Amino acid sequence: MDLYEYQAKELFAKHGVAVVPGKVCFTPEEAQAVATEIGTTVVVKAQVKTGGRGKAGGVKLADNPSEAKDRAQDILGLDIKGHVVHKVLVAEAADIASEYYVSFLLDRTNRTFLAMASVEGGVEIEEVAVNNPDALAMIRVDALVGCTLEKATEIADAAKFPAEVREQVIAMLQSLWKVLVEEDATLVEVNPLAKISDGRVLALDGKVSLDDNAQYRHESHLALIDNAQTDPIELRAKELDLNYVKLQGEVGIIGNGAGLVMSTLDVVAYAGEEFGGVKPANFLDIGGGASAQVMANGLDIVLGDPEVKAVFVNVFGGITACDAVANGIVQAVAMLAERGEPITKPIVCRIDGNNAIEGRRILDESGITLIERVETMDDAARRVAQLAAGK
Amino acid sequence: MAIFLNADSKVLVQGMTGAEGTKHTRRMVQSGTNVVAGVTPGPPKFAKAAVIEAIDAAIPLCVVITEGIPIHDTAAFFQYAENSGKTKLVGPNCPGLISPGLSNAGIIPGDITQKGRIGLVSKSGTLTYQMMFELRDLGFTTCVGIGGDPIIGTTHIDCLAAFEADPETEVIVMIGEIGGDAEERAAAFIKDNVTKPVIGYVAGFTAPEGKTMGHAGAIVSGSSGTAAAKKDALEAVGVRVGKTPSEAARLVREVLAAL
Repeated sequence: MDLYEYQAKELFAKHGVAVVPGKVCFTPEEAQAVATEIGTTVVVKAQVKTGGRGKAGGVKLADNPSEAKDRAQDILGLDIKGHVVHKVLVAEAADIASEYYVSFLLDRTNRTFLAMASVEGGVEIEEVAVNNPDALAMIRVDALVGCTLEKATEIADAAKFPAEVREQVIAMLQSLWKVLVEEDATLVEVNPLAKISDGRVLALDGKVSLDDNAQYRHESHLALIDNAQTDPIELRAKELDLNYVKLQGEVGIIGNGAGLVMSTLDVVAYAGEEFGGVKPANFLDIGGGASAQVMANGLDIVLGDPEVKAVFVNVFGGITACDAVANGIVQAVAMLAERGEPITKPIVCRIDGNNAIEGRRILDESGITLIERVETMDDAARRVAQLAAGK
Repeated sequence: MAIFLNADSKVLVQGMTGAEGTKHTRRMVQSGTNVVAGVTPGPPKFAKAAVIEAIDAAIPLCVVITEGIPIHDTAAFFQYAENSGKTKLVGPNCPGLISPGLSNAGIIPGDITQKGRIGLVSKSGTLTYQMMFELRDLGFTTCVGIGGDPIIGTTHIDCLAAFEADPETEVIVMIGEIGGDAEERAAAFIKDNVTKPVIGYVAGFTAPEGKTMGHAGAIVSGSSGTAAAKKDALEAVGVRVGKTPSEAARLVREVLAAL
């Protein structure tokens, strides 16, 4: 889960990372009140989980509370790269002398963590990496040892932080490491890390990504979840504990195993090219041992998407026997009919693997006319694309 | 011959006593695995302690099936295994590995293929099964499901090196998916180190940026991790890449027929 800037800064403050005072606001009036409280020039910043806010007009200075209200009015409701602004952060405007960059992130390639630091902050760090790679220090951090004083010193010196901020940066790196480890984050990034006119080093922005797998040991993270931007069908699927991602297309997809479902999306998209660009409408992995209930929930979610014209159930029975899967499909269709929501869209099924012959027999003899069985994945994809195109 | 796992491998099952653990242990025994012991089960939050216990006992191969392990836990036990220098990890979040007819460690169905001439390495469980089944008449030396998490122990490269060295493996199938740069690095390795034919398949061409596709590691971020980049990297070093799993299987048949 990616956090908003204000949430990231709350975690920073909790672990001793220096930030400027500020508060999240949902209305222009709240922004005015917070600006009054702060009492200095403030910065009003759009809270969206995407970059390029400044260029999009999502970050503005305000000299007094009434200006803060006007700027909040301008920014709330803005569309920044498809993200509508629902809240702004009103914070004390810092008098910036220098801008730096620091981050800790998961290093997949080396299967450990990586610290990145640069005295050229305040710009896209990817640009620094490309245009001036020597200015970006990249230091591995051993997961078992962590960012000790020695490691933090190594990072600060590798990035050539000037003497007057060196000690503060070293302390900040150690605090940021605590955020990464104690909050189970996969990324903590400060850009810019700024030296302000009075000599202090502060985190003026913050980006944090939390590991969803570690949610169970962080009850407080539940409060950070913001579903305002989440697709409503994805929300319902989550409630049903289904692994579902909404896409833009006409073919509903249900399969078992993340790899097979991803592959199914591709095969349907290839087949769809023949039929005017029909595309997969979603990713849905029902996992191993799909029971009738899980299949019913899956069909329910996928058929509930008004864009879906036809459904493709693609199951390979590895551990799961195909006869159980077929029974699941038949029972799911019956369950939906009982609920007064009989299926109206064609369902193309390809089931293969363990007990496939029995599974196919169950589907063929089910008497459900909207179920169409096709032998191979490629042929089934072609058929479902054709049905979704209305041909 | 097979890689990593053979008929002599003695297997201990951590988490054998629960319903799933018992079921899969029984299946492993049915596929010929020499299961010598088992201990009580544990959910993802106990996985780190279980792996560290195995490493402390200097067990040479530790297969971590568990899905949903926090990445900080995996990073820690991976480093611990590296430091020990004794334990090879497979996974986490993987189906395990099977040397058909010899031994099976994990949850791969033992009865959908047979012993043969193909070596298979895959990030995805079900695509492993799909490929094993499609090519069941030709059979496999070893099939390794390396897992779809951002940090995994055994990599595509480890398996490619082992299959290259295994005299019974004649062709290698490598299945990848979006996220990270493991396939690109595997391509670079193949160029310099693999003489046997390699057939590839990559899943996730239609995956949009920023959406995790089921596996914690399957996410396209910016320009990196796309399926197209992986396919291009593999093709650039002479790996033939199937557009669909079935096409990849056809390519394997072609290559084997020509050997």
